[in-house]
Amino acid sequence: MVEFSLPRNSKVGKGKVWKAPQGATNIRRFHIYRYDPDQDANPRLDTYELDMDTCGPMVLDAVIKIKNEMDATLTFRRSCREGVCGSCAFNIDGTNTLACTTHLSDIKGDVKIYPLPHMPVIKDLVPDLNQMYAQLASVEPWLKTHTPAPERERLQSEEERAKLDGMWECVLCFSCSTSCPSYWWNGDRYLGPAVLLQAYRWIADSRDEFTGERLDQLEDPFRLYRCHTIMNCTKTCPKHLNPAKAIAEIKKLMVMRR
Amino acid sequence: MTDFRTPMGRVRGLGAAKEGVEHWWAQRLTAIALIPLTLWFVVGVVTHVGAPHAAALAWLGQPWNAGLMILFIVAAFHHGQLGMQAVIEDYVHKEWLKLTLIVGIRYAAIVLGLAAILAQLWIVFGRAAPVAGG
Repeated sequence: MVEFSLPRNSKVGKGKVWKAPQGATNIRRFHIYRYDPDQDANPRLDTYELDMDTCGPMVLDAVIKIKNEMDATLTFRRSCREGVCGSCAFNIDGTNTLACTTHLSDIKGDVKIYPLPHMPVIKDLVPDLNQMYAQLASVEPWLKTHTPAPERERLQSEEERAKLDGMWECVLCFSCSTSCPSYWWNGDRYLGPAVLLQAYRWIADSRDEFTGERLDQLEDPFRLYRCHTIMNCTKTCPKHLNPAKAIAEIKKLMVMRR
Repeated sequence: MTDFRTPMGRVRGLGAAKEGVEHWWAQRLTAIALIPLTLWFVVGVVTHVGAPHAAALAWLGQPWNAGLMILFIVAAFHHGQLGMQAVIEDYVHKEWLKLTLIVGIRYAAIVLGLAAILAQLWIVFGRAAPVAGG
């Protein structure tokens, strides 16, 4: 539902200020969303002053530096630190993106970091993504055929393979789905751009034989048609993919098969 | 009531409605039709600003204009009703209110559209009162 006023427990208060170590001359301020489910308190925005002379170039470097050197309680997901695993997606400087591929030099002034928007927060920068994982599993993102598996690999022409470009690169960070107002208001039923991109990845695969059944499962006013081409998904994607185009292709196929 | 369903159970829910294409396609088709129809309507209205009532009636009474007007009425009310349904589905989450609004707007579009078409037919065929006994 559209929420015009926030529930009381989601108002973000002012948090602690963590001072830079003595002698630091090149200081930058990081404002980071903190929420601890074990304490009966509203979320707060902590401010960390970092010595940038000893900090790496990426947002993730700064967040790891805070956890290592200033505040071990800061909680976030991260793994590969090179834009492949999709773990460290946060709302950074007002945009959903991966902390590991975002240069600190591309952000003006203080750095603001929040969890991905409109998801339940487990702790600090860790959102609960269980609903989205279930939605992904519901589109059965794997090859399905009626023809028994051949002796050798399933053949695909170069042109057929090229249709998957721009989709297989998705790292499932869910920056797009959590940037989509339609997903905010109707995420319980709308599949969202990340999952629809994956659905189309298998619809577009020339080796898959379940295209019709896949379209059947998407033909729904909420699952598919909540997309109103707002385009936030494509704008925010840290891998520069185009989920909005994939959704448009699904809508075109729905008309073509009538 | 506490919801103990699994995330997968909630996501699969009642299944796909197997509809929505019709709505989406009709929205596109009426939108395309409304581009020339709206242009014609606006030009027609603007050129009759300040004209006497009889002149406006004469313009609407011509066969071409009468036909275009009826098409405009049908396309505009249908398109408006489809669009309002999408807006309500987006933003209204109380099931009874959603249903009431969607049904109410659909009925209103039919009634208002019919009234507009009758008015147009009235202009074309004259205000002949039905005569008892034929």
